[in-house]
Order: sequence, then structure tokens, then C-alpha cells
Amino acid sequence: MTPLEQLTASARDLLPPEAVITDAARLRTYECDGLAHYRVTPGLVVIPRDKHQLAAIVRCCAELGVPYVARGAGTGLSGGALPHAEGVLVVTSKMRTIREVRPEDQRAVVEPGVINLDVTRAATPYGYYYAPDPSSQLVCSIGGNVAENSGGAHCLKYGFTTNHVTGVEMVTPDGDLVRLGGDAPDTPGYDLLGAVVGSEGTLGVVTEVTVRLTRLPEHVVTVLAGFDSTDRAGGAVSAIIAAGIVPAAIEMMDALAIEAAEAAVQCHYPPGAGAVLVIELDGSRAEVEAEYDDVVRLCRGNDAFEVRTATDAAERALIWKGRKSAFAAVGRISPDYIVQDGVIPRTALPEVLRRIAELAESSGESGVRVANVFHAGDGNLHPLVLFDDTVHGAGEAAEEVSRAILDLCIEHGGSITGEHGVGADKAAHMPKMFGPDDLDTMQLVRCAFDPAHVSNPGKVFPTPRLCGEAPGRRKGAHPLQEAGLAEVF
Amino acid sequence: MVPDSVDGRVASASERIGTTASIDGVAAGTVVAPTSTDEVAAVLREAAAEQQTVVVQGAGTKLTWGLPPRSADVLLDLSGLDQVVEHAAGDLIATAQAGTPLTVLQAHVGGAGQRLLLDETVPGTTVGGALATNASGPRRLVAGTVRDLLIGVTFVRADGVVARAGGKVVKNVAGYDVGKLLVGSFGTLAVVTEATFRLHPVPPATRWLTAHVASPADAQRLVQSILGAQVVPAAIGVAFSPAGASLSLLLEGRADGVDARVEAARELLPGSAVSDTGPDGWGTYPWDLSATGDDRAVALKLTFRLSGLADVLAATDGFRVTGSAGAGVLYAAVPGEDPAWVAATVARLRAVCAGHGGSVVVVDAPAAVKQAVDVWGPVPGLDLMRRVKDEFDPDHRLAPGRFVGGI
Ligand SMILES: Cc1cc2nc3c(=O)[nH]c(=O)nc-3n(C[C@H](O)[C@H](O)[C@H](O)COP(=O)(O)OP(=O)(O)OC[C@H]3O[C@@H](n4cnc5c(N)ncnc54)[C@H](O)[C@@H]3O)c2cc1C
Repeated sequence: MTPLEQLTASARDLLPPEAVITDAARLRTYECDGLAHYRVTPGLVVIPRDKHQLAAIVRCCAELGVPYVARGAGTGLSGGALPHAEGVLVVTSKMRTIREVRPEDQRAVVEPGVINLDVTRAATPYGYYYAPDPSSQLVCSIGGNVAENSGGAHCLKYGFTTNHVTGVEMVTPDGDLVRLGGDAPDTPGYDLLGAVVGSEGTLGVVTEVTVRLTRLPEHVVTVLAGFDSTDRAGGAVSAIIAAGIVPAAIEMMDALAIEAAEAAVQCHYPPGAGAVLVIELDGSRAEVEAEYDDVVRLCRGNDAFEVRTATDAAERALIWKGRKSAFAAVGRISPDYIVQDGVIPRTALPEVLRRIAELAESSGESGVRVANVFHAGDGNLHPLVLFDDTVHGAGEAAEEVSRAILDLCIEHGGSITGEHGVGADKAAHMPKMFGPDDLDTMQLVRCAFDPAHVSNPGKVFPTPRLCGEAPGRRKGAHPLQEAGLAEVF
Repeated sequence: MVPDSVDGRVASASERIGTTASIDGVAAGTVVAPTSTDEVAAVLREAAAEQQTVVVQGAGTKLTWGLPPRSADVLLDLSGLDQVVEHAAGDLIATAQAGTPLTVLQAHVGGAGQRLLLDETVPGTTVGGALATNASGPRRLVAGTVRDLLIGVTFVRADGVVARAGGKVVKNVAGYDVGKLLVGSFGTLAVVTEATFRLHPVPPATRWLTAHVASPADAQRLVQSILGAQVVPAAIGVAFSPAGASLSLLLEGRADGVDARVEAARELLPGSAVSDTGPDGWGTYPWDLSATGDDRAVALKLTFRLSGLADVLAATDGFRVTGSAGAGVLYAAVPGEDPAWVAATVARLRAVCAGHGGSVVVVDAPAAVKQAVDVWGPVPGLDLMRRVKDEFDPDHRLAPGRFVGGI
């Protein structure tokens, strides 16, 4: 029997029959995540009901040396949950219990398969919510959020997943259940939790997450401002930041992105706009009102030709509809597209947008266009590279443009990913952003958790590091001595 | 054993400082004071070759925190790495060398109406010292601790290799967040030489409301009512001592907004005094910062769920206590004359905090107390921490013995 066959046999002993999937057609439904052009049919799919079943499977994987990949909702956009052909895909979709909601402690404890928005839904009756709000929050899982350190439009003010997760329980690649962090802040010892959040499933599988709940704001105002150009809109963003205002969100869309959104959801953004800003202010009513006056003045001062304000939930939803539908909407104006995710220092925005436009133009015959949607407050770009795969060479040209955009981000001191992660897709870009010693050091962490490279292998790092001691190395003190139980005289 | 390979400057710097330093009673060997990341790397390569232990200090304000190191062949003084390297005001970020005093960084970015949103809990603290200890005050309520503000870091590993993690943009999920591992690691994993932070604008208006509280239960009730209201506190400080008890609420923002919130908050905190300056002792610890050696109080850090505030305050009755009531962190100063009594007291407080999901750490204490008590207490995940230490510092030469589990 191959190791995978042995594992399959064990899985049937450990899990109920319906939780072990070996049927080829059903395995194929798990062949990709949200980045559908990477496809690998998993060797085996298991759907554990609880952490004990999950840990038992991982323990078997460890013993047999079979690689495994965790999968939440499969909405990831970097191929992070791309399965392993000779490995197991561990799906958390049956681990969806919200265990505790404790507003008095500002905490909720949830299983990893719980959908992001469901945490907010459970907390809202108490006047609280879960702040990180990826656009995919209706479908993505908290476990996936933890793995990707997901962000959202409101991260500008409230921070990312890593700032809102206070503890996890996880199965280590040895198959042990451990707790990192907890309800209270500053657990003594190394901040392993900080390293696990954003590690894309390469350090283990998270089985329970303790999140911070945030008080719902008293008042929310959403402003939609239309500008001639992205330069002018960018000027308004700079002015708002310079005025010391930190809005809950500042989102920008350019003309092509607006066109797509208009075609898809009829959001009725200001006609003829070369760019729009969606600016949201939240907090105490008095504070929001004071900021609102400044924001409107600063938009007008930067030649906004139209400024609309929404103060109730329905009006706000209308403004957000255009922005939130943007990724899917480009399907209306282009048969094929690539969603890119890169970060630049916000002040480099005008320059980088010009360069992106040049990149698209220089792709010539192939007809590649770029629609820009971004979290303007923190410089997180989501260029949508539009192309028609039936046009000869267009696919390659689009990929080239997409790659070149990442190079631009690096050239401007930014990052190759602000929220979608490295996954399978961008591992090859890592050496452009980090030197060999930087990557080597990150992999020291990997070696500490997963020296055998069984947890989501092949992701994040272009080349795995060999783990293990260099021969002839002198070790430190004996553990008994370190623990104060023995002394060396 | 001065690493004279470092273009002469290290040697002269170490002469200037002398070699009589000691770290919490442990005599340091050579003191070296490099002024660049490359020089730090040279020192650490040399120390690796000679199998020397290395302890790092910034301004030395928290050098006695944790356990004393088992040895310190080299005391690496980073006060010469004191430059603010970059301040990109439009991007709300700044980069400073590890030895830069926090006040210097704050003055630098303050010119543009910005700040690193971190309390300077011990005057004189450097950037590197704040990182290594993850020290924080009540302002952590909104933006977290330095862990949450750090976006990029340059460091030198035990083997002398220079590496960096993160970057210069606030939003970045490329690779592991090694910076978070280094925060609060007490110099046991690597030597941070440069750090990049996200900044926040300095708000136009700042007000404190301070009110007396009758009891621990009263404090908890008030804190819960403030958190549940819409006054959006920037910090909630608490101070209990045999002389009295008070709660302080910090409100920050636009002048109009703050005025309206002060009005609302006064109803929540009846009889409160409103001030433009913080109450005495705001943002610092309840123990005497100038005391050294056996004169030190036992300095405790207690953490807990917010709903445990009353119980933890009741359990620390009779001690001087301050902290961040909105975040679930308190500090207590406990007399240190009787180590056995301290050990029993710490055990008692540990039981209370553990019952509320938290922990108690002995931040600092006289030598006899550190020997008698479990300074760090129980640490979940210790096995993984040891493995991380073994990867980063396989010979256990960086501040050996200072950290959890003898790391
Ligand atoms: C339309 C659309 C909009 C999006 N908008 C945003 C956005 O605004 N912001 C943003 O940040 N992202 C966004 N995303 C990306 C994606 O939704 C997030 O990355 C999300 O966190 C993935 O969650 P998931 O449950 O789908 O994870 P999956 O795709 O299933 O997995 C993602 C990664 O997490 C790992 N993983 C999953 N569960 C666990 C676990 N329990 N333990 C350890 N590792 C685990 C997987 O191995 C994989 O590496 C968007 C995606 C789509 C399709």
C-alpha cells in the first residue's frame, strides 16, 4: 500500500463514512480555490466534524509522511488551498459552531469553518461586530482569514485579522493540539500566534479561534465623491490623511472599474467620473459629524464635481454595491481577467497608476486593459487585468502586465500582496521582495513547526529549506538545567 | 575579547564604556557599542565564532526585567544606533534604529502632527527596548501594543546573518510575520537593529476624566458601562492603592467631537474631574522606577478577561495597582522582603487570573525573589517556543536563561 492508501484506510477508521471522500468526481470539486487556473485533484478529501477527528488525521499524516492542505471555504485568491495530488485535503466546512459570544469580554470563540459574517451576525444583538471585513465575508471562513491574515475595506482604521485574533487552538504538524494566546492579552512567551496568523496553513491547522469583538459605531456616514481623474481623487485622499483624519475606509475606483460596476449592478455613480472615492466615517456621532465637514471640504477642494452622502443603511449599501461588486463586475466588460493584489506607499499612487496605464498600452495588439480598484487609504492596489483569451497572445500579455505590476510595487518599496497571500501563485515572486537570508530566516519558523514539510508544502516559499542541525554544532544548556530543575556546577 | 575586526570603531566604543557593567547581578564581559547594523553583525559573527553569550541593551531601563541571563560574555550596547532613518509623513510611517530613544522618534514625527501610538511607560526607553519587552500602557486600547504598530524590522541573527521581515507599507502579508516573534522576545531570538512603524495623527483635542471609585466591583461596573456606551475611549486607566482608587478615561479626537463625548462620559462617571493632562502616574507603572537591586519592589503584570477586573482588583487589594482596565492588563507593586510570602502571593494571584483566562508575570524583582518564584509562570506552547529558539539560536547564546522556560 502507498502511504496515501494507508492513510485512507486509517481515515475510514477515524471518521464516519460520509467524511472521507475518495470518489474521483467528488474529489475534482475540490481541485481549486478562488484562483481557478491552478488545479490539482487531491489524493483524498476528509471533512472532520471536530478538532479531535482533525488532529487524528494530521497525526496519521505525520506518521506516514503524507502531506496535507487545509481548506476553509476555498475563496482564496492565491492558490493557498490548492490540493496536493498525493496528499489529503482537510476541509473545515463541517466545523461551523460559534461556541461563545461574550460581549462583556469583547470576545467570541468560533470553530474555523465559521463564516466571517456569521461572527458579526452573532455579535450584533449585543451591539458588537467582528471588524475585519473581506469583500468575501459572506462566504469565507475564519480559519481561512486567520491563515491569510485577511483584510477588508475597514482595515485602514481597525487593522487586519492579526489585530483581532487573540488566541487560536491548532493542530501542529506533529498532530498535537496546542493553544496559542487566549482571551487575555500578552500571553507570556514568544508571540507564536503572531507568526501563525498569515502563515497560510504552513504551520498547522487552526481548530478554534478567539476573536476580539468591536463595539458597533453609533453613527456611520458614507461619502461618494466623483472626480475627473485618479490624480485628483488621489489628491483628496492625501489631503484627508494630512488633515489627521483616519476614515474607516477610503476606496478608489477608476473609470474602467466604474464602467464595469455600472454594467453589472447599476450603481449610478456620478456620470463621466474618471475616478470615484468611497469614504466611510464611523464612530461617535459628534466625532463623525466633525470629520464629515472636513472630508467634504477637502474633496471639493480637490475638485470633486459631485459629492453624495449616505447616512442610512440602505443608502450606504447602494454606494458600497458598486465597490463590492467590482471584481465580479469586470466579467461584464471583459471575457477574462486577472485579479492582482499589490501594495505601494500611498504617496506613490499617481506615479504607479501612470506606469500601470503605460504597461497596458505597451501590450499593444493583445488589447489588455487594466481596471483599478483599491484600498486607497493604505495603498493596497487591486488592478484587474482584462483580456480576451480567444485573442492570440492575450493571455500571456495579461500575465506579463500582471507580473510587471508586482515589480512596480516592489520598485516603490511596497509588497507583492496586501491581503490575498502568496500561496502557490506568488511564491516565485518572494525572492524579488526578500533576500535569501530573509527567506531563510522565515523558514526557521517553518522548521520549528514543521521540519518534515507536511503542512501545505510548496506554498509561500519558492524553495524549501532543509531543516535540521548543522553537524557538530554545540547545543545549549540541558532542558532540565534550563527549566531550573538541575544545575551544572 | 573585543571583535576588533569591526573597523576599529567598536574597540574604541567599548573603551569608552568600560567593562564593569553588570546585568541584574551578572557581570558582563566586554561591552561593545556598534553604530550600524553591519557592525552589530560583525560583533555577532565574532561572538558566534568564540561561542560567547550576548545580551543586548538599549538605554538599559528594563535590563533587569525577566530572569538574569546565565551569562553575558558580550554586552551589546545599541545606544549608538540612534538615528531616525526615515519619516514618510504622507504614508504615516517612520523607520528608526533600535537605540533611538522613543522621545527622539516622537519629537521627529511630532513635527508633522504624527505620533507612534505607544505610551512611554519607562522614561528613556529606546525603540529596541520597547520592542524587546512589548511594554505598553493604557493607550493600547485602540491601536494595540508595539506588536500591532511594527510593520517592518531589520535584525541580526545569532549567527551574524542580517535579515529583515515585513516592509515599509502598512498592509503586507508576504511571508511570515517574523517581526511579531521578535516583539516581546527579550533579546533571546535576534538583535533588532532597525524598525519601521505605522504612525497615527496627533488628535487636535485630548481630555481626561478622572473619578474616584468605591470598590473593585464599582470599577468593573463603570468600565463595562463605558465600553458599552458610545464615548469611544482612547484609554481607560485604573489606579488602586491603599490611599484610594480612581478610574480615568481618555478621550481624543476633534475638538467638537471630544466636547460632546466629555458630556456623555460625565454621566457615566459621576463626579469626575475633567483635565487636559493625565492624572499622576498615568501611563506608567505603580512601582518605583528608580529603585535598583534589593530595593526593587516585586513588579507584577496581571492579565485577565475584562469581566475579571473586579476579582483581580480585589485579589490585589492593599498593593499599589495601575493599568489598562479597558484591555485587561494591570500592574502591581508588591513588597519584596519575604520571598516565600511573594511566592505564595504570586501563586494566589495566578489562580485568580487563570480563572479569568489570564496570567501573572513577575516583571522584575529583587534577586532573592526571582530565585524563589516562578517568574514567568505556566506558558502554553512552550515546546514550540523551545523549537523556535533552537532554530534561531541553536547554541543558546542570546540572553540565555532570561526568558520563559529557561530559554
Ligand atoms: C470575490 C472575492 C473577494 C475577496 N475579497 C477579499 C478581501 O476584501 N480581503 C481579503 O483579504 N481577501 C479577499 N478575498 C480572498 C479570500 O476570501 C480570503 O483570503 C479568505 O480569507 C479565504 O478564506 P477561505 O475560507 O475561503 O480559505 P481557503 O481559500 O479555503 O484557504 C485559504 C488558505 O487558508 C488555509 N486555511 C484554511 N483554513 C485553515 C485552517 N483552519 N487552518 C490553517 N489554515 C487554513 C488554506 O490552506 C489556504 O492556504 C476575496 C476572495 C473573493 C473570491
